[in-house]
Amino acid sequence: MINFENIHKTYPGAQPLHVLKGVNLHIAEGEFVSIMGASGSGKSTMLNILGILDDYDTGDYYLGGTLIKNLSETKSAEYRNHMIGFIFQSFNLIPFKNALENVALPLYYQGVSRKKRQAIAMEYLEKMGLNDWWHHFPNELSGGQKQRIAIARALIGQPKIILADEPTGALDSSTTEEVMEVLSEVNTSGITMIVVTHEQSVANKTKRIIHLKDGIIESDKLNQQ
Amino acid sequence: MRFFEFDTLHEILATMRESKLRTFLTGFAVSWGIFMLIILLGAGNGLKSGVMSNFGDESTNVVEMWPRETTIPYKGFKSHRKLEFTTHEMDIIKTQYPQIDKISGRIFKNPVVSYKKEYGNYNLEGVMPDFKEIKGLKIKTENGRFLNQVDIKQERKVIVLSKKVADVLFRNEKALGKWVKVDNISFQVVGIDTKTSMNEGGSCYIPQSTAQKLYNKANKTDNIILTVTGLYTKEANEKFGDQLRKTLSRALVVNPDDEEALGISNQAANYIQTMKIFSTIDVFVLFIGLCTLIAGIVGVGNIMVITVKERTREFGIKKALGATPGNILSSILLESVVITTSFGYIGMIFGIGLLELIGKVLSMSGGGSGSDGQNISIFINPSVDMGTVLLATSILIVSGLVAGYIPARKAVMIKPIEAMRAE
Repeated sequence: MINFENIHKTYPGAQPLHVLKGVNLHIAEGEFVSIMGASGSGKSTMLNILGILDDYDTGDYYLGGTLIKNLSETKSAEYRNHMIGFIFQSFNLIPFKNALENVALPLYYQGVSRKKRQAIAMEYLEKMGLNDWWHHFPNELSGGQKQRIAIARALIGQPKIILADEPTGALDSSTTEEVMEVLSEVNTSGITMIVVTHEQSVANKTKRIIHLKDGIIESDKLNQQ
Repeated sequence: MRFFEFDTLHEILATMRESKLRTFLTGFAVSWGIFMLIILLGAGNGLKSGVMSNFGDESTNVVEMWPRETTIPYKGFKSHRKLEFTTHEMDIIKTQYPQIDKISGRIFKNPVVSYKKEYGNYNLEGVMPDFKEIKGLKIKTENGRFLNQVDIKQERKVIVLSKKVADVLFRNEKALGKWVKVDNISFQVVGIDTKTSMNEGGSCYIPQSTAQKLYNKANKTDNIILTVTGLYTKEANEKFGDQLRKTLSRALVVNPDDEEALGISNQAANYIQTMKIFSTIDVFVLFIGLCTLIAGIVGVGNIMVITVKERTREFGIKKALGATPGNILSSILLESVVITTSFGYIGMIFGIGLLELIGKVLSMSGGGSGSDGQNISIFINPSVDMGTVLLATSILIVSGLVAGYIPARKAVMIKPIEAMRAE
C-alpha cells in the first residue's frame, strides 16, 4: 500500500535542515503501524509526506500503486480527498460547523449533494455512537467526542489509509483507551492505519512499531503482544 | 466545481456573525461609497433634466432667422435699409439646402381674441403646417388637428388655440368647432394645443396665407424657422449658419459681411454645447463617485486579509480534507462579493430613496408656485435610471472580486501543516 524508496527531505533556510536521510519503508494493506521517535527525529515530516501535505526532495513515494511526486496543488488535494483520512492531536474540527457538518466536509469536496452527504455523515456518527450529538458544535463536546467525530470525518471519504498524528495527545488515559479501541476496530475493517506517537502505551496497541531517529529508521519490528 | 452553494453562504454568514462590528464597519464604507455615487449621479441627472426642460419639447435642431436693418451700404443701397423676408427666400433656402427638414414662416401679431363676452390680447402667429413639429406642439386626437396645407391653400379662417387661451375664452364650454373673433373676423377653432409651456403666455395659430391676407402683408413673413438634420457638431452647425447667411444676403442684396442685417439663432449649437458640458459633468461625477467607492473597496480588501489570517487554521484543515485551491479561492471571492454587494445594495437603496424624496419635495414646491410660468428650473427630477443601477451592481461585483483576490491568493498559499500547527 505504501512504498517509500530512499526518501530525502531537506528544509531550506540559512541553515538547511536535512530531516529525512534516505527512508525506505513498506507498509502493506491493512497494517496497523505506529511511528515513534523523539521530537526532531523526522516523524512529523514523514507524516506530512505520507499525507501528501508536503513534498520530498529525492526518492519515490508510491501510495496504492500511484507515484506521488511533483503533483499540482489541485491533484494532491484530490488524492488527499480520496485516499487519505487525517486524525489530528488537536482534532481540527471547524468551530462554526456542527458535528454533522464537520463529518460531512470531505464529501463536500467530492461533490456529493448536501442531502446525501448528511445522510452518510449520520451513518458514520452512528458508528461512533454520537448520533444524538449531531447538532452540537465542537465547543459543546468532550475531547473524546471530538476525536471520535474527527475519526468519523477521516473515515467518511472511504480512504485507503488513515494517518493519525498523536491522536491521543490531548486526551486523558481512559479516553485514550477508548479512542485506541475505535482505531483498532477501524483497522480490523481493513483500512491501513498509521499512528504517529511518542507514547509507548499507544504504540503498544498497534501491530508494528517503527522507530525513527535522526532522519533514518532505527528499528522496525512487529509488536509481540 | 460548484461556485455557489448553500453551505458556502452559510459559512459566510457564520464568519460575518463572528465579527459583527468589523463586518458592519467594512460594509458601511462600501454602502457609503455607493450611496455617494448614486447621489452624485442623481444630482447630475437632476441638473441635466432641469436644463433640458428649458429646451422643452421643441426640436433641438432649430434654426430661426429674422430680418433687421442693414448697417453697410451695398450695391447702391444705403445703409439702415429695413429688410423683409418673403416666401421667395424660404423657397430659395429650402431648395438649396437638402439638410433642411421642416420649415415655416412666422408672422407675429397681438390682436384681441374674443368669444362671446370673454376677450383678451393674445399672441397670434401666422404659420405653416411644419410649425407643429418644429415647436413640438401637442394636439391630442380628441383636441382636433393642427393647420394643414388645405388651410394654407384656401386661406381658410381656422385657428388653433393653446389650452391656456381656450380655457380663458371658453371657460367650461368645449372650444373645438366654435367660432372666435380675431380683430372682429370670425375664425373656427380646429385644434387645441396642450403643450405645457413654461415661459409663454399662450398663443393662437392661423394659416400664414390667411395672416398675410388679413394684415396686408402680401407674401411677406416676419421670421423663418426651420429644423435641420444630419448636423452633429457645433462646427457643422456654425458652418451651416454661415452658409444660410450668405444665401440670404445674396437674395436680399445685402453685403455678406453685414452680420447685423440678419438675425440667426441656432439652437442646435447651443444644445450641442450644453450636452458637451453635461457629458463632462457626468465623467467628473462618475470619477468622484468611483474614488469614494474605491476607499470602501480597499476597506473590504483589508478586512478580508485579516479574516483570512484569522482563519488560516480553518483553511489548512479544509485543504487537508481535500479542498482544492479553486475551492478556497472561490469561497473567499464569493464572500467578498457577498459583503460588497449586500452592503452596496443597502447604500444604493438609501441613495435612491433620498433622491426620490428630494424629487418629491422639489416637484411639490415647484408645482405649487409655478403659476407665474416664468421660473426657469435648473434642477428637476433627480433620479438614476436602470442602467446606472446595473452599472453600480457590476461595479460592486467587480470590486468585490478585486477586494477578495489578494486575500484569496494568500489563503491558497497556506500550507496545511503550518496552518494546523498554529494555535
